Amino acid sequence: MSSAPIPSLIAEATNPIIRWEWVVEEWDQVWDAIVEHLILTMLAMLMGLVVSAILAAIALRFRWTMTPITATTSLIYTLPSVALFALLAPVFGNLSRWTAVLPLAAYTLLILVTNIVAGFQAVPASVRDAADGMGMSPMRRVWSVDLPLAVPYILTGIRIAAVSTVGLVTVAAIIGQGGLGRLIFSGLRRAFWTPMTVGASLSIALALVIDALIILVGLWLVPWQRRRKAATR
Amino acid sequence: MEQSGWSQMGDVAIRLENVTKSFDGASGAAVDNLSLDIENGSIIALLGPSGCGKTTTLRMINRLIEPTSGKIEINGVDVMSQSPQELRRGIGYVIQQVGLFPHRTIASNIATVPKMLGWDKSRSAERVEELTTLVGLDHEMLDRYPDELSGGQQQRVGVARALAADPPVLLMDEPFGAVDPIVRGRLQDELLALQTQVSKTIVLVTHDVDEALRVADKIALMNVGGVIEQLATPDELMRAPANDFVRSFVGEDRGLRRLALNAVSALRFHQGPVVSADATFDEAEHAMALEGSDWLGITIDEIFAGWARADDVRAARANGTELRDVERFEPIAQVEPTSTLRAAMELIMSSNSSVAVIADGGRFGGVITLEDIRRALSSADIETADGTA
Repeated sequence: MSSAPIPSLIAEATNPIIRWEWVVEEWDQVWDAIVEHLILTMLAMLMGLVVSAILAAIALRFRWTMTPITATTSLIYTLPSVALFALLAPVFGNLSRWTAVLPLAAYTLLILVTNIVAGFQAVPASVRDAADGMGMSPMRRVWSVDLPLAVPYILTGIRIAAVSTVGLVTVAAIIGQGGLGRLIFSGLRRAFWTPMTVGASLSIALALVIDALIILVGLWLVPWQRRRKAATR
Repeated sequence: MEQSGWSQMGDVAIRLENVTKSFDGASGAAVDNLSLDIENGSIIALLGPSGCGKTTTLRMINRLIEPTSGKIEINGVDVMSQSPQELRRGIGYVIQQVGLFPHRTIASNIATVPKMLGWDKSRSAERVEELTTLVGLDHEMLDRYPDELSGGQQQRVGVARALAADPPVLLMDEPFGAVDPIVRGRLQDELLALQTQVSKTIVLVTHDVDEALRVADKIALMNVGGVIEQLATPDELMRAPANDFVRSFVGEDRGLRRLALNAVSALRFHQGPVVSADATFDEAEHAMALEGSDWLGITIDEIFAGWARADDVRAARANGTELRDVERFEPIAQVEPTSTLRAAMELIMSSNSSVAVIADGGRFGGVITLEDIRRALSSADIETADGTA
């Protein structure tokens, strides 16, 4: 050891868990990944919600359809995500966002349909009877009584589905999508820990923030339950 | 035929004509060829065991269940002539589980029907205030949610909500079935008090004989298949049951149940061994001797002040002290003229005395003994609370 080594080489060689300079330098890339992650999550959730609402409505209207709907959505849920992304890549093309969004949305169905149905079924029969008995039309009852009362269940479903979607989005990196997942994969591939650490911790943080936000929305949407808890305390 | 409106008691408000309801897959009809006229402004109880079709009958009136055949008219108008929603908005509906909307405040719950009828906000709000007072609810409750109220309060809200648009007819399905007996009794009394103000035609479904006896002007006692075994006033039903079914349903203790139908005021009061504190000892002795009593009741300023022992009274006389200074014992059994004979009897039994003092708004009104009650039961000469039909 004759002279002092160049500082950057030392850093390269030690390969710490995180190198803050990289984060600062590559912030644009990180930010794009966050945005992409959010867009993929939201598109998948929106699509999942629309399809789930339709499926739940069918299941509630025609009770016999509940079993096949649950069976199908359960089956989808058991498919390995990597396999599903891979299968859809040739259909929509590697670079199409839908290749990622479609499977992500499909994975939300089981949780969302189950919770929407449970929410509507949890509306007390006496409340329905009173609404009907006072001359509320069926459509009006669904919108102004059944739906608000089902909201806590539906929100729980959305929370679970959203958090698991945030996680699954990272896997979509194998088809060139995947937001923060791409940072994780590129870090792993290059054995350069910083992007991996950044991608992993940000996706965890994103999941926690989304979870907390939905809880807050719930408190705002369901004031009667908050007060009941206060009353029974 | 044109009905002459609904303002007068005595008109038929609800008419069921040969109404039959058969459910798919059920053997026999739930309600078979039922005909019933319900008088305007009266409370009719549909009483019977479970499965007798009483609830089905009630729900056919507002078309929550559609009759298989037959005709139902409200104030002369066939219920099938309007849409179910239109019909129901004009009929109050109260159920056992109340069915308040948990996500809406009490005020919003009460305003449900006015809102559907398109009332403007101020009119609705005014009506809500009015009803809150009418059913005896605290106005502070209006901003709360149903889960923050007790069962009894919720049921009052249920009644207020049913009355919101001032419907001429009120349907009540086991309205007080879910609250404890004490609250139930209070709510029943409140319903009667309310009825004197609003004069609705009320159809009340119940399986509770005591409830029917207490609140109904008329009772339709129903058997399986919606067969009316007897349609009568409560007292008639107790006094002259039409058949064995009625007899067994109202119970062997129907003599006792009659006690619940009659108030203390139906008896002739008598003075009993009671004198004013200003009376002379001779008068006191005379009052006790007349009744053969070992106790002397003393009133001060017309208010009953307590019972004194005969021995103490005599001792006071011997010692030269005043009658008003004799040791007195609080009257334990004290009833109002409006109390039922049953309540009076229970008081007498539980207080281990033989008489109850009648307090008429605080003033001494007389005494009532077990013997008085026994005599009342065995004779038909008590004036029944609801008179004869």
